[in-house]
Amino acid sequence: MNRRNFVKALTLSASIAAIGLPVGAHAADTIKVGILHSLSGTMAISETALKNVALMTIEEINAKGGVMGKKLEPVVVDPASNWPLFAEKARQLVAQDKVAAVFGCWTSVSRKSVNPVFKELNGLLFYPVQYEGEELEKNVFYTGAAPNQQAIPAVEYLMSAEGGGAKRFVLLGTDYVYPRTTNKILRAFLKSKGVADADIMEDYTPFGHSDYQTIIANIKKFAAAGKKTAVISTINGDSNVPFYKELGNAGLKATDVPVVAFSVGEEELRGVDTKPLVGHLAAWNYFMSVKNAENTAFVAKYRDWAKKNGVPNADTVVTNDPMEATYVGIYMWKQAVEKAKSTDTDKVIAALGGQTFKAPSGFTLTMDKTNHHLHKPVYIGEVRGDGQFDVVWKTKEPIRAQPWSPFIPGNESKQGI
Amino acid sequence: MFAMKLLRRMLGVALLLALIGGPARAALDPSLLAGFAGDFQSRMNAIEAIGVAGGDDARRVLDALEAGSLGVLEDKAVIVDGDTVRDAASGEVLTQAVDAVELITVNNRVRRTLANARAALALTSSDRAERLRAAITLGDNPNETLLPVFERALAAETDEEIRGILARAAARINLASPDPLVRLRAVRALGESSDPAVKNLLEGLLQKRDGNWVEPHPEVRTAAKMAIDDIDRRIAIAESVGTVFSGLSLGSILLLAALGLAITYGVMGVINMAHGELLMVGAYATFLVQGLFRSHLPAWLDWYVAAAIPVAFLSAALVGVAMERLVLRHLYGRPLESLLATWGLSLVLIQAARVIFGPQNLELANPSWMSGGVELAAGVVLPYNRIVIIGFAVFVLVLIWLMMQKTRLGMFVRAVTQNRPMAGCVGVPTARVDTLAFAIGSGVAGLGGLALSQIANVGPAMGTGYIVDAFMVVVLGGVGQLAGAVWAALGLGIVSKFLEGWAGAVIAKILVLVFIIVFIQKRPQGIFALKGRFADS
Repeated sequence: MNRRNFVKALTLSASIAAIGLPVGAHAADTIKVGILHSLSGTMAISETALKNVALMTIEEINAKGGVMGKKLEPVVVDPASNWPLFAEKARQLVAQDKVAAVFGCWTSVSRKSVNPVFKELNGLLFYPVQYEGEELEKNVFYTGAAPNQQAIPAVEYLMSAEGGGAKRFVLLGTDYVYPRTTNKILRAFLKSKGVADADIMEDYTPFGHSDYQTIIANIKKFAAAGKKTAVISTINGDSNVPFYKELGNAGLKATDVPVVAFSVGEEELRGVDTKPLVGHLAAWNYFMSVKNAENTAFVAKYRDWAKKNGVPNADTVVTNDPMEATYVGIYMWKQAVEKAKSTDTDKVIAALGGQTFKAPSGFTLTMDKTNHHLHKPVYIGEVRGDGQFDVVWKTKEPIRAQPWSPFIPGNESKQGI
Repeated sequence: MFAMKLLRRMLGVALLLALIGGPARAALDPSLLAGFAGDFQSRMNAIEAIGVAGGDDARRVLDALEAGSLGVLEDKAVIVDGDTVRDAASGEVLTQAVDAVELITVNNRVRRTLANARAALALTSSDRAERLRAAITLGDNPNETLLPVFERALAAETDEEIRGILARAAARINLASPDPLVRLRAVRALGESSDPAVKNLLEGLLQKRDGNWVEPHPEVRTAAKMAIDDIDRRIAIAESVGTVFSGLSLGSILLLAALGLAITYGVMGVINMAHGELLMVGAYATFLVQGLFRSHLPAWLDWYVAAAIPVAFLSAALVGVAMERLVLRHLYGRPLESLLATWGLSLVLIQAARVIFGPQNLELANPSWMSGGVELAAGVVLPYNRIVIIGFAVFVLVLIWLMMQKTRLGMFVRAVTQNRPMAGCVGVPTARVDTLAFAIGSGVAGLGGLALSQIANVGPAMGTGYIVDAFMVVVLGGVGQLAGAVWAALGLGIVSKFLEGWAGAVIAKILVLVFIIVFIQKRPQGIFALKGRFADS
């Protein structure tokens, strides 16, 4: 082929590609899926691991023959912890790259910013993180917990004899939509259980707050009132490290005032010396320390993948709840595509309801037929000296999500899509 | 019903009497340990039973449970000791592998029972510190069954501090005594306390229930009122000291974050947006030193922070020199370009850290001598790490002051700051002074990073959180003035903490920023005006 012909061929193929015709064997053989997680900026600490686990899962599916005989092709973009950029990148994934599904987002604000894009372009998003509920989108599947699958059972546990019989509560959070909404639900829930307003203290700190001296002193003062006190923390991201360090040094022990956290998992505790924190709690739908065959395999697979792909500190990588939710989400999508025999959004959405998957959490999870949420088990774990959790309480079986909390007035009529 | 209660209470007393006076036996009865294989409740029962049995074996088993090395193997309680498995009851070595053992987990309720059982055993220890810890643990949640334990320990105890704790714990129980004289004595004893929980207890006596006083005797009520006043006064003092301390602590952290910037910005007028990343370099250097100590000098791990001081300084200084030589030197006198260039450098450094160390925060453990704190009063604790950091800030400050005032280099730096062309004329190598001053400023930032690593996050983005604070301090204090930076940092720290106590963290942050905006408008030169090069321009 001489140079001129080559250029011609190139131009031709480029123009064919430009008008969107499937060209060559490559495009027909693969199904593109998008991965929309921040790899830089403040959320990189949490979201990078989700990108890793998504890539690992895709590799695993490809090794077993792909989906409907086609290999999956991941398209990774970096929205850089910048909420408007999430919407732009989502649009690029769905409109330009024509991905069949997107796995991504962590903070509620990033999900809120991409929701309209998925609705407009009729795309498909799998959201893997526990969140505040009060939302139900046709184009979104929520594989993380709704408040009744995490927050409410955790508070019930604290109030039970086993959990210490707490009568006074500190609701402590970072100042944004997730903690504010969760605390609104919890306050209503506590009131329904007969806890007086005087026995609830609510406090917020800005994002990235690093000086918790005053707040810890206030908690101590509040706890001295004689009734058993517990702290419910929705502090998110980086602030947890200074919070827990201060907690340990101020001598606030879990046996006196337990702190239960909804955004602190194995990954977040990697930055903390957990010996002074033994006994503080976290509520999730999965812990790395859960013992069952699926989880052992899942943890081993991720460790191997991290080593093979040169993830920094690969020998100490951990798995956590949103990672498991990402893993489950990708498999649920795969099963739905195979059932629908198509990657068409509407057909996949119809096929997703009722899908089941044997998850690393030790239960067979079901995608609810009407509300796009998983039925999930709830675990309550206590922090160990090595940064892992001991499960001290769990539900007997997965429970159905209530994205519209019954504790917020006006929600009675909103249930399904 | 009542008989049951009484019986249970007497049983409890008997158990606890046995706890402190039980004769040591050769080996534990294995049946006592059977409960560990069951649920949390049966584990708690087992702990109590073992506590009653007493003796060194009981202590060994409970210590193992606390350490997380007690496990179950084929329905038998065992202790994992490194690579060997021992029978918990007899202590003999078993042949099974460590992997076969299922370690026993505890929850907070079991942990509390465990702490009380261990404390009751430790109350007769010969070690004063151990007895003190035990008394504090037991005194936190006194209940009736513990009264004879306290009285017995009081009779044997000679140490004043421990006696005080035990007496107050006993007095809390005696408040419910039917004898008004006992109650009066208890109330008076509790007046010595500084614990808000005690105050609440006493306030309960002064309430009326169904028209009758909870405390029927007027004299006891008067005494309770006086005791409450005493406690209130003590709490108020402790709280103000606590607030001033947290302000000082925040100020010292702001100062460490800003000192390096005060030098580089002050001397060369370079708006160094990468200053936060120099803090990060210092913190990462500390992390590496910790890693080295963990793998090579585990015995000296507690002192890794001291060893990290020169390392953090030098590594940040080296990065600073590289920045200055390669980039900034070409941009002197062009503040806007140097601002952009340093911002770019900061992004490069952040991403470099992310690529090399990963995006996760790194774990830096406080050395044991920096963990915990001094308790001023119940609820007011001054953590050791913050005390050390305040001391460290003073140390760095003195070091810089000595360098600026007493060394030849310091004199050159001051000369260049005041009048660059004149200093050049009399033979000061201004370019080299620039490089050295920037290196020192960067090195001090590295020391700031070392200090931050002990209380905050260490991650790629840690610097961005401090850059605004650092500029705030430098601008407020007056550009090029070390003394200004000191006053600004301490002032900001204390003002923020008082505002936070009064209005909450979010409002406090807003108020501080508003205050600075107003202040800079009224006095753009900062607290201290600079005389020299900048004063003219």
